[in-house]
Amino acid sequence: MARKPKLAVWKFASCDGCQLSLLDCEDELLAVAGAVDIANFAEASSAITKGPYDLSLVEGSITTPHDAERIHGIRRSSKVLISIGACATAGGIQALRNFKNVKEFTSIVYTSPGYIDTLAKSTAISDHVKVDFELRGCPISKLQLLEVLGAFLQGKKPNIPSYSVCVECKRRGVVCGLVAFGPPCLGPVTQAGCNALCPSYHRGCFGCYGPKETPNTSSLSPSWLRNGMTPEELVRLFRSFNADADAFRKESESHEK
Amino acid sequence: MKSRTVKVDYMARVEGEGAFAVKIAKGKVVDAKLKIFEPPRFFEALLRGRLYAEAPDITARICGICPVAYQMSSVQAMESAFGVKIDPQVRALRRLLYCGEWIESHALHIYLLHAPDFLGYDDAIRMAKDHPETVTRALQLKKIGNDVMILVGGREIHPINVKVGGFYKIPTKQELFGLVDRLKWARDASLETIRFTASLPLPEFEQDYEFVSLRHPEEYPILDGRLVSNKGLDIPVADYEHHFAEEHVAHSNALHSTIKGRGMYFVGPIARYNLNFARLPATIQAEARSAGLSKECRNPFKGIVVRAVETLYACEEALRLISAYEPPGQAAAAVEPRASIGSGCSEAPRGILYHRYKLDAKGIILDAKIVPPTSQNLKTIESDLRRFVEQDTSLPDDKIRSGCETIIRNYDPCISCATHFLKMDIRRE
Repeated sequence: MARKPKLAVWKFASCDGCQLSLLDCEDELLAVAGAVDIANFAEASSAITKGPYDLSLVEGSITTPHDAERIHGIRRSSKVLISIGACATAGGIQALRNFKNVKEFTSIVYTSPGYIDTLAKSTAISDHVKVDFELRGCPISKLQLLEVLGAFLQGKKPNIPSYSVCVECKRRGVVCGLVAFGPPCLGPVTQAGCNALCPSYHRGCFGCYGPKETPNTSSLSPSWLRNGMTPEELVRLFRSFNADADAFRKESESHEK
Repeated sequence: MKSRTVKVDYMARVEGEGAFAVKIAKGKVVDAKLKIFEPPRFFEALLRGRLYAEAPDITARICGICPVAYQMSSVQAMESAFGVKIDPQVRALRRLLYCGEWIESHALHIYLLHAPDFLGYDDAIRMAKDHPETVTRALQLKKIGNDVMILVGGREIHPINVKVGGFYKIPTKQELFGLVDRLKWARDASLETIRFTASLPLPEFEQDYEFVSLRHPEEYPILDGRLVSNKGLDIPVADYEHHFAEEHVAHSNALHSTIKGRGMYFVGPIARYNLNFARLPATIQAEARSAGLSKECRNPFKGIVVRAVETLYACEEALRLISAYEPPGQAAAAVEPRASIGSGCSEAPRGILYHRYKLDAKGIILDAKIVPPTSQNLKTIESDLRRFVEQDTSLPDDKIRSGCETIIRNYDPCISCATHFLKMDIRRE
């Protein structure tokens, strides 16, 4: 029998939620464990096998000098490296520091900031090493995670759409919140993946999956400004879990004077 | 004694990453430190300038394992700041959502993170080879907790349906009834879980602690109540900062909490159980007794049994809430911001989670303070490490190491919450 592929799961600055998504696959977990050799997954197991690994899933963003080194070792020991979640693919909510002075941040939280070793910016894994695939979401969708794992095992490209949340709303027959209740809804510029979750709960999309492919943010914002939204509100809207994703960062900065 | 050092690079089966170091000299423990090097994420700073309405979604991102706790403490803080009254059925739905999180988190910790310690496995997946029924039960129990969160909250990690004032959308009676059969199964599975945990070989390790939890006049505490302890504390949540302090120590990116004038304290399932035993239904009290617990537990290793008792409670409470549910007239109460300060505290699966916000007239956050349960337990964990190792310093390193790891897991520490990274280092001189 062929050797089972070795899977490793790594954590950087994050909430643990994306790797928890793997343990949340309650119906599939034992099957996944049968198909791969879980060689390094500290949150779930004390058994740690040395690399090289066939597949590494990386959660979290790079925020310390130590982690900026550590990610290179992980890349070297991984045949395929997939970053999972908004922290790993865009720097996460902690990338809000990228718009501020980090020294000021440290002294707000800690009484003795001298003990804290941190970088000025929180950055995506792909800013440091080559990443083979980025799985978006805050948190990721466990169905998409299973698709990525399945595609890896079969040696094909994962089928993860890059179109907008609007497509999911139309497919589900969810009433368009932008039309029915007015803004804000980031659905037109946000990548699908949640199956239009917030609109189906009578709430505007707030961008968990980050910018869709070619988002037309600069057309969306002016129409909202004309309809009474303030620039401050727009800045906050684009500046959340994917604040440092290129399209969202540019849009928020263009309204900050 | 010959000097030696034992190292483990990564503490497994905890939420987040950390290290501990125990230094032994001449048969005495001279130092015991739980090192937290989780990269800081500065939530209290990045909340400044954000709108009050964003707090539940932003603070949920502190922890993927207990996001509901962050959402509940933050919305209650905002509602107390703005004087918002919550419909009793909205409150009941919040309690139901929280029961889902308790079931999910407790099942995860009992079976996937902690039980392998006592049965001698590296993880639950390996445990499943010898105990397939136990692990299948664990996963199904965990899944039901998640399903409650998916229905009421929208999704299990970082729910989207919670807002200041209530919810975006309220479930129908029929939707909630859809959970009943499986919650009944989960109630039976929780009874099995209590028996399973009671059968584990748990060490004797009774200590004197100050236990702190919420106490509600009638209910077992989840959402709110007064802060009480077994050593005389009895205060409203708003007085938290008069009685508790946080200090910053060099070996940890998490702040350490103390009770002013007395020092370390203990939060979480055992604290809740000890301070609220009388508020558990008689049938659950009887189950606890048959599992060998008295009405007060001072052995942190028995936390796994208490978690199982609380899982049973969460299943029964969820069933009770569903059978009494009448959809509220409005999904959310109107909220009018004003310049104010508000605090909120709820019982996360791991213990009390305190939030306090200072807001301006438009509801913009000027200042935020968040104290997660794990940072409140850090001093107690270090003290337990010291006392545990001191019981017999002649034990070989691997026995000390595994004992210390189990001690730390007794508290189900969420290092993502407290901030993190666990690395182990025993020094002998």
